[in-house]
Amino acid sequence: MVDSNIVLTGQTFAYTFYVLAIMLLMGWFAYKVTKSEGSKEIKPALFYSLVGFLVLLGVSLHIVTHETIPWKPLDLNRADIKADKTFDITVVDHKFILPSEKLIINTNDKVMFNVTSKDLTYGFGLFREDNTMMFQMQVLPGHNNDILWHFDRPGVYTIRSTEYSGPKGIGMIEKNVVEVID
Amino acid sequence: MNFIQTFMDGEEGLFKPNSLTRMQKMILRFVVVGLVYYLFALVEGMLMRVYQVKPISLIPPDQYFGMLTAHPLVGIFGSTYSIVFGAFLFLVPFLMSKPLWSIKLANWTCGLIAVGTFTFWFAGFLTHYAPLYTLYWPLPADFTQFSVWGGTFFILGIALIMVGTVFFVLNVFKTISYTPEGWEKQDGKGLIASALGLSGLKNLFRKNKKEHMVSLPVAAIARGTVDTALNAGIILFTGVLILVYMIAEIAGSSLKHSSIDALLYKNWFWWGLDLIADGLVLIFVAGTWYLLATLITGKKLFMENWARAALFVEMVVSWTVWSHHLMSDQAQPGFLKILSGEMVTAFELITQGLAFFITLITLWSARPLKMTNPLKFLLGGLLGFALAVPAGIMQADLGLNRILHNTQWIIGPHVHVAILVGLTMTLYSAIYYLFPLVTNGAKLYSQKLATFHFWAHLLGGIGMGAFMGMAGLKGMLRRTIYFDGEYSLYMILAALSGTLLLLAFLAFFFNIVMSVGLKGVIGIFMPAKSDTKDLLPAAK
Repeated sequence: MVDSNIVLTGQTFAYTFYVLAIMLLMGWFAYKVTKSEGSKEIKPALFYSLVGFLVLLGVSLHIVTHETIPWKPLDLNRADIKADKTFDITVVDHKFILPSEKLIINTNDKVMFNVTSKDLTYGFGLFREDNTMMFQMQVLPGHNNDILWHFDRPGVYTIRSTEYSGPKGIGMIEKNVVEVID
Repeated sequence: MNFIQTFMDGEEGLFKPNSLTRMQKMILRFVVVGLVYYLFALVEGMLMRVYQVKPISLIPPDQYFGMLTAHPLVGIFGSTYSIVFGAFLFLVPFLMSKPLWSIKLANWTCGLIAVGTFTFWFAGFLTHYAPLYTLYWPLPADFTQFSVWGGTFFILGIALIMVGTVFFVLNVFKTISYTPEGWEKQDGKGLIASALGLSGLKNLFRKNKKEHMVSLPVAAIARGTVDTALNAGIILFTGVLILVYMIAEIAGSSLKHSSIDALLYKNWFWWGLDLIADGLVLIFVAGTWYLLATLITGKKLFMENWARAALFVEMVVSWTVWSHHLMSDQAQPGFLKILSGEMVTAFELITQGLAFFITLITLWSARPLKMTNPLKFLLGGLLGFALAVPAGIMQADLGLNRILHNTQWIIGPHVHVAILVGLTMTLYSAIYYLFPLVTNGAKLYSQKLATFHFWAHLLGGIGMGAFMGMAGLKGMLRRTIYFDGEYSLYMILAALSGTLLLLAFLAFFFNIVMSVGLKGVIGIFMPAKSDTKDLLPAAK
């Protein structure tokens, strides 16, 4: 399955290419705008083509990600999907209270994390051992905060609050508490 | 002239503060206040950049978060609001060839923003009140972490700025619609309708199209000002709400946090905040691009009717776009995430894309142009938004947001590139353009310093955003502290880029002070000699 590292690598390539292209374009424009040769007229057709292109780009981006990023449809349809395992986690006074010391998951399980805050707005994210993020969500008091995730490979993950909840929140890290086993 | 003489009297002694009109003094006061607060935000930003490389032991974490809370607010309200409000209070009368409705009220706006910014900054500095600008409920009322008195003065400071903002809004709309003394009666309602785009909308259904009563830049200012007004209302209401909790706490009776729904609060807050981030910034910036392009070229704007329509669409978009900040909130209804968060947000790609293209083509039509300071900074501003808007569109996607939200990607390539490169370079373009006009022909001290300012700011801003973004893609969060040097390489590079930004500003500030002289800077804050409401001295 495509994971967040693959998606972010794709994004890095796409955005870097775009950045280089637009910087070159602006450099070329800045040079040419000081010169007099060539036509000064721009046909309206170019403008209308741009409008069409931007509309197409804006809409197609979300369709493409829906079809290629596996957690997007999983998230939108999570109420209708049966989880293989559910973990109920409580957050209070800047601490995660886990159902057990380690959260053990079998490879290929779809796991639901139900996280409840008893006081402030927090975040809930899973991070790999190299600190890259696998996913995150916000945790609001007084609301259900649930996320369904498909773990398709073994690994060890750290839980970390991804939202600022005051200076006390910087220590909200539960190191290597999620283990996905074969 | 030797260095000391130039420092005291300005370049060639050309700047004479006594020759300034009340209007010229008004805009220059706004600019000075804005630049001083830009320096505040810059120094705080650099301290935080160093802190991200390695936490400084002299600064405890609660002080760090105090800075993190004050930094964007000083930047947006103290600096950007000051410069933008000052410029628009000068430009609306300039473009409409009529006096400002009230110079006194404009000076009050300037004073309230200056005092309000210092009040909230000082409250945060002393007490470390640090719920961040996001104010996610119930954090601003969490008195186990924050001083209730610090919070009270913090909110009062913000409230002063909002009162100043309301004065600005009133002044802009009254200036557009009122009839100056001795003038033939003006069609106030018609002028407002034209400024807001209502008459343009009616034109779509009319056979005989009516001429627009106000120019496009004035229409842009008016539409951005609508968002400014709505935002002031939201912030004032939210401030009063938080103040109620603070006053109750001071009186010894703690109110229940659960009385306010955290999700509803978050929707409310982001709806208001996006009126700045996605509304007035984009509308004001597009309007300023159009104005600068037409002033620099002396040509009519390319596809002007489309530009007007895009500004109207942008205003409506800014009212319906807030949900892209709640894509990681699982309780937020799915249809809002898709409709408001993804689809409406995508419209910003279209409206900003059109503004970008229209401005470039207008410049192109007047080739060959001289690469002046206003032109090069305008191109820098255009590049900034061309980089930052697509970065924002990417994170406003349900799939990508799951792995980007609250990372350095958001605050680097999107927010800082938009503000520092896009917005600030556009403002610098306007400042360089208006400088001779509002100083009655003062001469810039050094073109070499202006050139250094341009390159150091452009490279520093883009570099800082890029390195923050790279760290974000590797999982680095914003709004937290890393103690073990997990991302130190990226943060060292971002800090070096930040240093370029600091040097760029110092070069600019020095250049301006040397251009007008220390006596000139002081003279700006002295009362004007003449009582005229004219923009420029009569001899001009």
